[in-house]
Amino acid sequence: MAGSALGLRLLLLVALCGAAAALWPWPHYVRASPQRYRLRPAAFAFRHHSGSAVQPGCDVLDAAFTRYRRLLFGAGPWPPPSTLRQNHLSKDVLAVSVVNEGCNEFPTLESLENYTLTINDNQCLLAADTIWGALRGLETFSQLVWTSAEGTFFINKTTIRDFPRFPHRGLLLDTSRHYLPLSSILDTLDVMSYNKLNVFHWHVVDDPSFPYDSITFPELSRKGSYNPVTHIYTAQDVKEVIEYARLRGIRVLAEFDSPGHTLSWGPGIPELLTPCYSGSQPSGEFGPVNPILNSTYEFMSSFFLEISSVFPDFYLHLGGDEVDFTCWRSNPSISVFMKKKGFDDFRQLESFYIQKLLDIVSAYNKGYVVWQEVFDNKVKVRPDTVIQVWRDKKPVTYMEEVALVTKAGFRALLSAPWYLNHIAYGPDWKDMYKVEPLDFQGTPEEKALVIGGEACMWGEWVDSTNLVPRLWPRGGVVAERLWSSNLTTNLDFAETRLTHFRCELLRRGVQAEPITVGYCEQEFEET
Amino acid sequence: MEPRAMGPAALVALGALLALAPRAALAAAAAPVPALWPLPRSVQLSPRLLQLAPGTFSIDHGANSTAGPSCALLQEAFRRYYDYIFSHYKMHQGFGKFQAKQELQQLFVTITLESECDSFPRVSSDESYTLTVQAPVASLRAKRVWGALRGLETFSQLVYQDSYGTFTINEANIIDSPRFLHRGILIDTARHYLPVKTILKTLDAMAFNKFNVLHWHIVDDQSFPYQSITFPQLSNKGSYTLSHVYTPHDVRKVTEYARLRGIRVIPEFDTPGHTLSWGKGQKDLLTQCYSGKIPTDSDGPINPMLNTTYMFLTMLFQEISKVFPDQFIHLGGDEVEFNCWASNPDIQNFMKQKGFGQDFTKLESFYMQKLLDIIASMKKRSIVWQEVFDDKSELLPGTVIQVWKIRDYASKLSQVTASGFPAILSAPWYLDWISYGQDWRKYYLVEPLDFQGSDKQKKLVLGGEACLWGEYVDATNLTPRLWPRASAVGERLWSDKNVTDLSDAYDRLAKHRCRMLRRGISAQPLFVGFCN
Repeated sequence: MAGSALGLRLLLLVALCGAAAALWPWPHYVRASPQRYRLRPAAFAFRHHSGSAVQPGCDVLDAAFTRYRRLLFGAGPWPPPSTLRQNHLSKDVLAVSVVNEGCNEFPTLESLENYTLTINDNQCLLAADTIWGALRGLETFSQLVWTSAEGTFFINKTTIRDFPRFPHRGLLLDTSRHYLPLSSILDTLDVMSYNKLNVFHWHVVDDPSFPYDSITFPELSRKGSYNPVTHIYTAQDVKEVIEYARLRGIRVLAEFDSPGHTLSWGPGIPELLTPCYSGSQPSGEFGPVNPILNSTYEFMSSFFLEISSVFPDFYLHLGGDEVDFTCWRSNPSISVFMKKKGFDDFRQLESFYIQKLLDIVSAYNKGYVVWQEVFDNKVKVRPDTVIQVWRDKKPVTYMEEVALVTKAGFRALLSAPWYLNHIAYGPDWKDMYKVEPLDFQGTPEEKALVIGGEACMWGEWVDSTNLVPRLWPRGGVVAERLWSSNLTTNLDFAETRLTHFRCELLRRGVQAEPITVGYCEQEFEET
Repeated sequence: MEPRAMGPAALVALGALLALAPRAALAAAAAPVPALWPLPRSVQLSPRLLQLAPGTFSIDHGANSTAGPSCALLQEAFRRYYDYIFSHYKMHQGFGKFQAKQELQQLFVTITLESECDSFPRVSSDESYTLTVQAPVASLRAKRVWGALRGLETFSQLVYQDSYGTFTINEANIIDSPRFLHRGILIDTARHYLPVKTILKTLDAMAFNKFNVLHWHIVDDQSFPYQSITFPQLSNKGSYTLSHVYTPHDVRKVTEYARLRGIRVIPEFDTPGHTLSWGKGQKDLLTQCYSGKIPTDSDGPINPMLNTTYMFLTMLFQEISKVFPDQFIHLGGDEVEFNCWASNPDIQNFMKQKGFGQDFTKLESFYMQKLLDIIASMKKRSIVWQEVFDDKSELLPGTVIQVWKIRDYASKLSQVTASGFPAILSAPWYLDWISYGQDWRKYYLVEPLDFQGSDKQKKLVLGGEACLWGEYVDATNLTPRLWPRASAVGERLWSDKNVTDLSDAYDRLAKHRCRMLRRGISAQPLFVGFCN
């Protein structure tokens, strides 16, 4: 059944011959015909439908119209539309109709992104419940337009009904192992929108550096960044990222990972980190955040007060992964504290810290995402906590972990199979594509708790020199898995479209690497 | 988040880095030291520091040099290296206010023998040089321009900006020459077309790493981008598109750009396998494959039994031997698939007639020998992949064998050199085989002469090549995939055998990578950290 539907799609694709071949991710329902309409760059415009709840003045759509015009036709100039005879086979307007008004909000986990595109003799219409759905539809529209050998723009008669399979479709960038210039982040947001990804998970700080320029604690980046002048994100930078993302329907999920992965916090905040001991003497090295001091929680309160207001998304990512107990174990004050509290396991100490941190953040009316260790170590968390599953095989396979997390009633995010920084020779995208996020033993209610996933690009070996080709089009593979139907699994069909889509990315100026031998009409040129 | 299961080596490195983290700021504040890559044979650095003023410092011809202002190669190199030294840094500043360093005003470059200024470099070209840095003038002496180019690169690597922004150099004595004559990078423009700009950029980066051979695997099954004057149909029909070609002008641009950097360009026209794209523009060149008694529409390797094949090859290689000035041509000869030959009834008859039995390696040898003779008649020398040696072709002495198969490559080197043939090693340096982590260490630790053999045999190893095959590589990812991973191979082939300290190499290479970035090469990071 699924197979024959797919066969039909494949046939369709062949019939379209380059027309819709670059659709990525594949929409839920596509019906196309060989009948085509011409688009005349000088005449064509995106317009708000008269019945739309959203009219000119909505910055999200106004900016998107400008953006997609340029993506479609370039900067011009174009030949003036011939006035001699109105060609009845041309489309000069895509009318956009949105049901819900509301333009100045930020996208949320609950935002609707569904849309329909209808292009036929009578209509050229994009309809959506929200502006976010309209953005997704504009992207699809732009992927439907193709150019003939003579340079004429066409779109085929098409009906598309589309919606995301999962509401959280993320990409993680790590700006601590290597600093990424603001332009790299903004460019990434653009390409995310081409792939209908909607969450930028910003792993902004970690052991090696603290590039986030805090207003409350400026010493953090002054002492903890690679370079306090050039390798930081100022408040203005952060605002720019958030706004750039909003205009593309992308949420910014900020991660401030603790109590481990915090070495770079230490220089700016004396006594925040645990001093490690060698025998009875401090060794001069530092471990995780010191969980036994009141000053720690006072700092965290002030710091996360700032973070909660700087980052508008309801969710913050609090990390909580890979806490190394060696240093805590070595420290005599910690041992005394453990005894006093009756802890016999350092996981209890970790839980103690995390719970206090979660209480702090909850008080600021924020939700939170944490890495799976917080769940594995049985930290008591609020029922609406989101658990991000990242470990491949331990303590259990990632699918078993998703089953455990959802069985316990928590929502889950999957990223274990999608570590884009793990590179290998050959078409490794296929394994990432084959992942089925709901392939675990669980009730429908439990499966509904999987809210999506994230492709992760950790920064140990990645900076702005190699980020883009390593991200794209491999990151797009995860995007399709999270957007498209669970039946969209045929590898040959995916390879054909992904190859086209990669060339489309090149045409849009994205340095996306090849997935197999071949060429694009427009190759990447070094500047 | 990031799994710690990275293997013990990575863990150690991570631990070391974390331990270093608090000290990083301190290290940055301390005076930087020059990072030489590849490490010269003999370096004496004095703690005495000199300063250079961008406004007055100049690179000039020495009074007794056999080369002068008419030597465009050196003139351009002087200008290039002046730029690398001064204009690729941010924050130009004058001298630090409270410093009393002596000034280095000039670098004199003296060529002592016939300069070879207008020649192309050869495998035997002398690349040695000596460099003396002392106030007020530094002196670079080389027998030929090729050594001067290498010495200019070293000189440029010696200069750094101190914490006040002053251009600074240590007084120094350097005596240097390469360990191996042939230090190459293979690029593949058939699986993916590479724009000329990308090739030129690669040549720049090669010069920064003292590589001296661009092995240009220009055509293959997938496409034939080389635009032949004699057989224009080859690229008209065999290239991906008509804009995915290298015109004679493009090729000249590449060979001249390479010459100016002391780099040889060795073209590879791989036959008789890997030639599917040739068939589109040259009728009857490829073997028709059969299914039973019926011809199929698929083609196999070049048809070795037709006279027309050899007439075509003679004419094509006549052109190639003129277009590419290097003395060597790479003839390929790898991975010949015998199924198609075996299926073809005419070939079966030919085999019988020649008494080859069912041994198709004999047919392959028959072909290769005829081709090698054609090349020899053009006064060119041939390089072939190791299969040609394995198939026991009667090779002309001096034919160079390139060892590429990873399995037992040391014993292959041993066999090849025992038979008296020169060898090039590339087996351990397939950079297209990517993996997670610091794989440059593995490339760095290869010792090319670590095989059973006499001194005479070891002398037959001309050098090696880092290969970046193009199945998954095009202009989007070539540069970060190549650099600085290929730099590890660059040092292995240039520096002394005993230069093997990984942590010293890491420190120098991390800085060298930042230097390449400053010079516009998007070399990827070695590990966690940053460049200013």
